[in-house]
Amino acid sequence: MTHLHRRTFLKGTLGATTLALAASAGLLKPERVLAAEWSKPAFEAKSINDALKALFGASQATASGSIKIKAPIQAENGAVVPIAVSAALPNVQGLAVFVEKNAQPLVASVALTGAEGYFSARMKMGQTSDVHVVCRAGGKLYSAKQTIKVTVGGCGG
Amino acid sequence: MARQTRIRTKTQDGHTEILVLVNHPMETGQRVDPKTKEKVPAHFIQKMAFTLNGKEVAVADLGVAVSKDPLVGVKLKGAKAGDKVKVTWSDNKGESNSADAVV
Repeated sequence: MTHLHRRTFLKGTLGATTLALAASAGLLKPERVLAAEWSKPAFEAKSINDALKALFGASQATASGSIKIKAPIQAENGAVVPIAVSAALPNVQGLAVFVEKNAQPLVASVALTGAEGYFSARMKMGQTSDVHVVCRAGGKLYSAKQTIKVTVGGCGG
Repeated sequence: MARQTRIRTKTQDGHTEILVLVNHPMETGQRVDPKTKEKVPAHFIQKMAFTLNGKEVAVADLGVAVSKDPLVGVKLKGAKAGDKVKVTWSDNKGESNSADAVV
């Protein structure tokens, strides 16, 4: 009899938590659009798909030739890999840079509200990997990638 | 102590590039201190906001994979000479600083 009670109690709490989770997910959405908050789940995501979902709410991106990645084919020092991204697409709203084989693939995400579809930075790469750039333009996602070879990794000691 | 933040603009063919250099360690939180064998806590810039004449034009969210002493650039179209650009950044430990320049 006591066990039965325990079951029903557990079921009840489980239901309540899923509801709460759904509510918080719904509440978080507008924040994402405004990009007001630094997106912790996106930066901590272990895969590009997860990070994309956390950032833009979708992971489907069309490959586009309009996105240009200017980065070395071979980088000697993985701690400092210069990269410049430009997207010649109309209505560019955001750009995100990912390094596929880094522990946390998302390098940076830029919300553009007036500036051109351009972003440059220097990033760390743990090892030779594909670098993906995802551009959000007119509500759709476009992507491009390039492989960068790294001789000395830039993560860790 | 406020960290050194430098901003520079370069105009070419109607496009203005804003380059920002911040003196910042950008610790990933995964590096191990060789002396103490303990992990160095994460310390990195999370937000970088660019404004043109007070209006926000771009907000960059940076992760730990951005190199130390980050040099970040964005481009503006049609910025005129005399326009004011400003950058403000903040990191995960609550430090922040800003710098401005005239195109």
